[in-house]
Amino acid sequence: MHIPDGYLGPATCGFFYGLMMLIWMAASKIVKKTLKAQQAPILAISAAFSFVIMMFNVPIPGGSTGHAVGGVLVAILLGPWAACIAVTVALVVQALLFGDGGITAIGANCFNMAVVMPFVGYYIYKAISHNAPFNSNRKVIAAGIAGYIGLNAAAILTGVEFGLQPWLHHTAGGQALYCPYGLNIAVPAMAGEHLLIFGWIEAVVTALVVKYLKKQAPEFFEEG
Amino acid sequence: MKTTAKLWIGLGILILLSPLGLILPEHFKAGDAWGEWGIDTIKELVGYIPQGLEKLSNLWRAPLPDYAFRGWEEKGLPHLSFAYIISAVIGIGIVVVIVIAIGKLLSKKED
Repeated sequence: MHIPDGYLGPATCGFFYGLMMLIWMAASKIVKKTLKAQQAPILAISAAFSFVIMMFNVPIPGGSTGHAVGGVLVAILLGPWAACIAVTVALVVQALLFGDGGITAIGANCFNMAVVMPFVGYYIYKAISHNAPFNSNRKVIAAGIAGYIGLNAAAILTGVEFGLQPWLHHTAGGQALYCPYGLNIAVPAMAGEHLLIFGWIEAVVTALVVKYLKKQAPEFFEEG
Repeated sequence: MKTTAKLWIGLGILILLSPLGLILPEHFKAGDAWGEWGIDTIKELVGYIPQGLEKLSNLWRAPLPDYAFRGWEEKGLPHLSFAYIISAVIGIGIVVVIVIAIGKLLSKKED
């Protein structure tokens, strides 16, 4: 889901950089008010976890690969704004150091995986686990569902960003200038593989880690 | 043992296991992630190289491209797995330093 350089045109790249500037500013203001000093190490571990879990490429035999992101997990632990910061750092390091995701696409990649994913997942978790006791199975299942939907929301939005490119930028002869696949191909491709395979991996990872931490370290959760 | 210590150990285990993310796709003959193809693959897929894509695709020379050392592209899986682990260690080290710094700037002082 890491959009490389060259797949998004300048309009899309610029739009998402601008949007992310505003979101990053809001995130730092809000996190400054809410993050407790003892949570700082958890934020670092969360970002590191997100970084390394994205290296676990899962193959579709003979097809493509995908991976979990951990964005919903971090949001359940520390809230969606802190998750935005943690996943952003992981994505920026991946782009600059490892060429995983383009530098022109950092804004878009961050919006998909560090904003849409944690926020969608967080509110779904909240809705499903509303009023459930802290250690209940409902919270664990809610975490899994939230992970599944959060990753898919990000994947489908990525498909939309890819798919808009041939419509936004093409030569007079009709050749695409950037991503060559339109919405009719990009969205079903991104949605299909994440709904069928990668979303379930995100669901299992999110649910298992939430279950473990609820037992081992209840103090880590922002909901307390 | 403190839970944070356990989590750091867990991260260490994930780092050591990370080459699975390289070996499994190779074993099951899975290609690039959707929309993350190189120039040559794009040409095979659509029959031409989009002009803008060609221009931008070489914009950035990452020091450790695809979590490997430059010039190691032709090496076998054991070498690439080693480079993958080193990449994970370096990447996580940098991520942790940045987030701790951000955490220091943003977190409330203890009363």
